[in-house]
Amino acid sequence: MKANVPRRSGSGLGEAAMVPVRLVMGAVDAPLRWVQRRLGIGGMATFFLLPNMLIFGIFVLLPFFINFAYSMTGGTALFLPDRTFVGTEQYARLFDCVNYADPNSCTEDTFWTAVGNTAWFVLLQVSLMILFSLVTALILNRDLMARSFWRAVFFFPVLLSPVVVGLIWKWILQRQGLLNFGLYSLGLEPHTWLNDRNWSFAATVGVSIWAHMGFYTLILLAGLQAIPKDLYEAAEMDGTRPARAFWRITLPLLMPNLLVVVVLVLIRAVQIFDEVYVLTGGGPGTSTLYLTQYIYETGFATQLRNPGLAAAASILMGVVLVILTLVQLGLGRKGENKGARK
Amino acid sequence: MTKTRTMLAALAIGLMSSTAAVAGDVRIMWYSDGVEGEVLKDLLDRFMNENPGINVILDNVSYSVVREQLPVQLEAGNGPDIARVTNLKAQSQHWLDLRPLVADAAYWDENFGEQADWMRPDGSNQISGFMTQITIAGGFANKTLFDQAGVAIPGKDATWDDWAKAAKQVAESQQVPFPMALDRSGHRLSGPNLAYGGNYIGADGKPAPLDDGSKNFLTSFVGWVADGTMSKDVWVSAAGSTYRAAADDFINGQLVYYYSGSWQVPNFSTKIGTNFDWVATGSPCGPTNCTGMTGGAGLVAVKYTKNPKEVAKVMDYLASEAIVKEFSERTLFLPAHKGVLAKGLDFKTDDAQAKTALNAFVEASKSLSDLARKLPGWHWSDTFYGALVTRVSQAAAGEMTIDEAFTRIDSDIATKVKDSGN
Repeated sequence: MKANVPRRSGSGLGEAAMVPVRLVMGAVDAPLRWVQRRLGIGGMATFFLLPNMLIFGIFVLLPFFINFAYSMTGGTALFLPDRTFVGTEQYARLFDCVNYADPNSCTEDTFWTAVGNTAWFVLLQVSLMILFSLVTALILNRDLMARSFWRAVFFFPVLLSPVVVGLIWKWILQRQGLLNFGLYSLGLEPHTWLNDRNWSFAATVGVSIWAHMGFYTLILLAGLQAIPKDLYEAAEMDGTRPARAFWRITLPLLMPNLLVVVVLVLIRAVQIFDEVYVLTGGGPGTSTLYLTQYIYETGFATQLRNPGLAAAASILMGVVLVILTLVQLGLGRKGENKGARK
Repeated sequence: MTKTRTMLAALAIGLMSSTAAVAGDVRIMWYSDGVEGEVLKDLLDRFMNENPGINVILDNVSYSVVREQLPVQLEAGNGPDIARVTNLKAQSQHWLDLRPLVADAAYWDENFGEQADWMRPDGSNQISGFMTQITIAGGFANKTLFDQAGVAIPGKDATWDDWAKAAKQVAESQQVPFPMALDRSGHRLSGPNLAYGGNYIGADGKPAPLDDGSKNFLTSFVGWVADGTMSKDVWVSAAGSTYRAAADDFINGQLVYYYSGSWQVPNFSTKIGTNFDWVATGSPCGPTNCTGMTGGAGLVAVKYTKNPKEVAKVMDYLASEAIVKEFSERTLFLPAHKGVLAKGLDFKTDDAQAKTALNAFVEASKSLSDLARKLPGWHWSDTFYGALVTRVSQAAAGEMTIDEAFTRIDSDIATKVKDSGN
């Protein structure tokens, strides 16, 4: 059997580029046919998925189980065999609290402070990120002058390393930073933004939105461009107002993209670490200490590290993420089914 | 077939040659406060010219890498061959015993013996390395600001309260944002704690609960942060036990009085230059004494090295009298080498302020309390320091009262001791 590659008439660059493709396909054709004969047509799916699953297993599942094993151990030793099995003691320590709303009443007060901070951060950052990404995508989807330039402008921060993002904003927001210089030049009172609990929290939310918004805007923009134009033309002919067109056409058809964005933003928000670590270091006090930094500090940065406690905290964070993702996917499917029934 | 054989042979030769290169490599993890990285590189280049079979690779890293990443590497049985470390005692199980490897162990005992206990497991006679510098914590005053304000610089026996009052007066007069600053470090807090009568070591050698001496200074300290006498920026700028220095504020002339240590002298000499006059003041006094803390950075060999003989040769070279003398004179560091100290040093600087400051720190070393000399070799020092920084900064940020911070410090330390299985 010959490789079923469609041939196009004519010569030139395209034809020349196909030569190595044909060579490769010809080379793998015989071994693949041999594998197919051995496994059957049904087994080919497993065959093709196996390398991917192997990588996933080694780099995701295995570390997850190792991490779980760590969470069941105590002591300061790093290697699992050197550690003492303590069962669920680390989880019990994390949950040892008189009042969960008051971290000071908990044995691991810093953990609950980090949980509270992360919850507020997620709530604010996810909603604002989606709002801003959507608005930006809608604007960039219009016939703007220099549209490609504006798209590049919004996407540019995504290309920066989180450390660079943190440093840039630190230079802007610190006591003798650019922002205070501007305020001072205008005769206004400078402010210690990063020493103020509320402002530093707002800064972490704002900076993370600035740094990542471009990526989500791009996903939403792709979704917007896939919506057939004739739907809007028909709506316009029917005299539909733009707001109604947005709610009735744009939003429902954008929902799959929006769902992907929500899941990605949420996961990223819960895992926030690098730019915040550089920008505020978790301060002032612990007002911008988020869960990942707590895990990092407990497992790696403090004197006499506690990898077991850090592992338990990360397992709990993983469980929360899985639950949130499943809820969102469930809601998404429900919405799709509802749409299909209509 | 011949072609395949030729290729395999080439591959084998390539692998062998690369292994041979690794066999002679000695990797040093080094952090710098000032120019010491450049000086060391120069010294190592000279060593490699004299010893062509040994390739020394100098990895210049930040201090936080040494504090946060090196311990993990060591726990995993990896890491560099030699490292410059400040947390010497608590990690002493990872250091290589150089005693059977160095050319003359008696030379090491004689010249570095006084600090040998700081970096070896309790009860052993191991030679783990040597102190690249001895540091003394102490203060620096911006003399120009004091002069301009017409306020006299507090004298030798001035207390922390005297300094706080004078610095605040100068800051108000000169419109400077920070009267005083103290590095965000448990080590730095410990000098004044001891001066106020604090004692960290319990009767069993394990950490004791915070006593009144420490509590009294910490209460004053948090009060000074609250009323703006002490810079809030440094202490609330991070969570956990992250280290933060206020050196840049002092260099920029934004700070009247800075409590740090002798290692800042070369840094100030280079960066302040003639911008303003500054003086080293030793440590302010508390009710009990006028002690600061001693400490320093040690260069230690790591026991997971594949090339112990080469490592010992590099260590012998760097610990030799001539090299220690040159290193100290060029970096403006106080050496630990007994012989070098006895013969005296000619610090290579035209900066009279730096020379005076170094002499002031040598003078301040005479006021060190016994406890201050003991703490660098105490296993639990860093545990204590970490808890102090974490909780005091929370109190300084207004997240908890100072009494709540005291309770948390005690419970944090007790938990760490329990976690370590001791």
